[in-house]
Amino acid sequence: MSTLERRPEPSRRMMLASPLIAAAAMLLSGSVLFLLLGQEPLHAFYTYFITPWTTPYGVGELMLKATPLILCGVGLAIGFRANVNNIGADGQLTVGAICAGAVALYFDEVQAWWVLPLMLLAGALGGMLWAAIPALLRTRFNTNEILVSLMLVYVSYHLLSYLVHGPMRDPAGFNFPQSKMFSDAAMLPLLMEGLRVNAAFPLSLLAAAAAWFFCRHTFAGYRMQVSGLAPAAALYAGFSEPRNVWLAFMVSGALAGIAGVGEVAGPLGQLQPSVSPGYGFAAIIVAYVGRLHPLGVVLSAVLMSLLYIGGETAQIELQLPSAITGMFQGLLLFYLLAADLFIHYRFKPRKRAISTGVSA
Amino acid sequence: MNDTAAPEPRLQMLGISKAYPSVVANDRIDLTVMPGEIHAVLGENGAGKSTLMKIIYGVVKPDDGQIMWEGRQVDIDSPHDARKLGIGMVFQHFALFETLTVAENIALALDARLSPAELAPRIQAVSQQYGLPLDPQRLVHSMSVGERQRVEIVRCLLQSPRLLIMDEPTSVLTPDAVLKLFQSLRRLAAEGVSILYISHKLDEIQALCDRATVLRGGKVAGTAHPKAESAKSLAELMIGRELPVCVHQPREPGEVLLTLDRLNVRSATPFGTTLRDVSLALRSGEIVGIAGISGNGQQELLKVISGERALHRNEGAILLGDRDVGALDAARRRALGLGFVPEERLGRGAAPELSLADNALLTGYIPAAGTGMVKRGLIRHGAVRAFAQRVIDGFKVKCGGTQSAALSLSGGNLQKFIVGREIMLAPRVMIFAQPTWGVDIGAAMLIRQAIIDMRDRGVAVLVLSEELDELFMLSDRIAVLADGRLSRALPAGATSINQIGVWMSGDFDYQGAAEHVHA
Repeated sequence: MSTLERRPEPSRRMMLASPLIAAAAMLLSGSVLFLLLGQEPLHAFYTYFITPWTTPYGVGELMLKATPLILCGVGLAIGFRANVNNIGADGQLTVGAICAGAVALYFDEVQAWWVLPLMLLAGALGGMLWAAIPALLRTRFNTNEILVSLMLVYVSYHLLSYLVHGPMRDPAGFNFPQSKMFSDAAMLPLLMEGLRVNAAFPLSLLAAAAAWFFCRHTFAGYRMQVSGLAPAAALYAGFSEPRNVWLAFMVSGALAGIAGVGEVAGPLGQLQPSVSPGYGFAAIIVAYVGRLHPLGVVLSAVLMSLLYIGGETAQIELQLPSAITGMFQGLLLFYLLAADLFIHYRFKPRKRAISTGVSA
Repeated sequence: MNDTAAPEPRLQMLGISKAYPSVVANDRIDLTVMPGEIHAVLGENGAGKSTLMKIIYGVVKPDDGQIMWEGRQVDIDSPHDARKLGIGMVFQHFALFETLTVAENIALALDARLSPAELAPRIQAVSQQYGLPLDPQRLVHSMSVGERQRVEIVRCLLQSPRLLIMDEPTSVLTPDAVLKLFQSLRRLAAEGVSILYISHKLDEIQALCDRATVLRGGKVAGTAHPKAESAKSLAELMIGRELPVCVHQPREPGEVLLTLDRLNVRSATPFGTTLRDVSLALRSGEIVGIAGISGNGQQELLKVISGERALHRNEGAILLGDRDVGALDAARRRALGLGFVPEERLGRGAAPELSLADNALLTGYIPAAGTGMVKRGLIRHGAVRAFAQRVIDGFKVKCGGTQSAALSLSGGNLQKFIVGREIMLAPRVMIFAQPTWGVDIGAAMLIRQAIIDMRDRGVAVLVLSEELDELFMLSDRIAVLADGRLSRALPAGATSINQIGVWMSGDFDYQGAAEHVHA
């Protein structure tokens, strides 16, 4: 017998509490997992979730990892709100990295201030170009953008692989499949000496703030939200669906492309056969955990970054398998979806006495 | 069923109460139904009729009270229990599979496991016995709404019920089909079957029912013998005060503001209706009513007029004033002075999760209305809230304020909000689809008066409705849409409910009858 009933209106409190409940449940089942792996749960817990915060370098790494997640997550969130399901951010990130890399290598000899802005522009355009394919196919032929954008991720991986094995390979690189290291003018400035976190991090915060303003205060943001929540109402109001699809793909493509620039012009410093360990996919979780709200995305990106870094620490210090990171990501999303049920539903209270004598 | 002694009630409900978190739906309700009696349960939307029926049918458990079935106290825990006792229910919305045959649908719904082939002869026997002609081999998607209802009724009758619950059965029927249904119900009652007839249509209850229990605000407001009461006294028992009336003064219409010229539009869905040669000229200061049962092209016609579906070439023309707007989307048509209240409130007329303020922005942003909600692409939240508040105040929308989510409002209140929003945008041409559907009588009168006031201000108004009474109350001219064809529009005074009823079954000379516009 069902004991769930629909709430008269969605609970705002539950909407905010649900990510916290999911995080707590993730930690709890994580502890059980640690126990089964023969670890002392508290120690493993400390190593995984606290150690990264204890050194400036660790915090810098958290910010570094959070950067592409924020950029991709914010872009995806804007699309998801409009029911445009771009799950190919990793591909757009990769193509953005390729385009920025091409600019960096072409102007290798030039030591000028404009190289870096040009790379950012090229990266954004590259991401938009890759995102334009699913947008065009959806608006023209009504194809499913989930499938198209996902498949294009693998196309982009192979494109990058071809380039670093062939045309863009470093001639003096002993046949390693990677490009020449970028010149200093093509590298994002570091925020602090000794840390790897670079100027892309403040840029990502700026993007999140701009996205917040877009969603809250612009009519275009409102139109996109209506199309996502109630497509028939958007049609009734005369909001153009193709325009929303294009806007969503262009924004998320550009931001993912910039995230790609942040990787190659940051910690990598060159093009390699792989420029992303799946940031574009992790950003999907980031967007939902952040309630598709740009500021929520920033917080959830830091959490996701912690899962990555903590996972690495746990591998090194506790000799746990690398799959532990994926486990925790999966647990988080799983619990979030479960907890989200209670935004619209609640447990039915036990049969209660009816107040007699009170007229309705 | 041959109780010759003092007859025992078939069903007796004593002190039934049911509370939901936000509302007491049933408050100590007593109801007695005798064998062979057609008993009306009368009440406005939200009076608690549906909850009471769900309790009888075992869908909802009461918090308190007793149910006696033929003198014996029973607990009805599920519809299965109810059917075992001999209670059948025909729902307002049918749960039929369109791609299956009648017999297959019925076989799926019965508790006993019988093959469609075994059932077919029984279906035929029952349907003939009660004057409900039905071919067991026919596919449901090819059937009209009235025929689908017959499937549901026959399904109930196959289980030989001793109490049949009918939930607003005539809301989807033509007047002629209503008469046939009544004959069948009377025959059933004569055989001793008790019928609980839920409705808010007073004339039907007077024609059909022996007794009526009137609910108001979750309580029994009284019981009555409908045939001994006047429609007015019944209505007043139902709403608890005097019935408001609409004032409709004759008025000379002005120039043509909306022109439909030979619309021939193929439906996008296989089970939709194709519009054929639909033409109409709608003038300033007149209300044209379009009668017809939904499913006869209403959806298609509304979408084409509103701009939710743009016209292709060779599909005819739509003119606002003298401007051809066939290719424009809904936003551009609205900017040219077209207002539209759709039939579905949640999801189309309003986004369910958004607040009333945000839903005011949905159409209220149009520059022509001068609400100042959007400046240079940015939303001015103050102006949006102020407009929403004006709608709430002007149309007495009961809600928690401008920040309440649309889905937290009752259907009638949301309807008032949407109607109010569209009216306050001061369109020159206004389209209403089922303007008072599911709205209580008091609010319905408010909406109808607002529609008449618009017309008096020179707006051209088109009303599509299934309620003939409403159309005759409002319209200057009335036309019928049946099977995708539109009849001539006759002056309301020159026609009658009977004639419109005949036309609604598609029996009119459509060719050359509609007013073609000569460009």
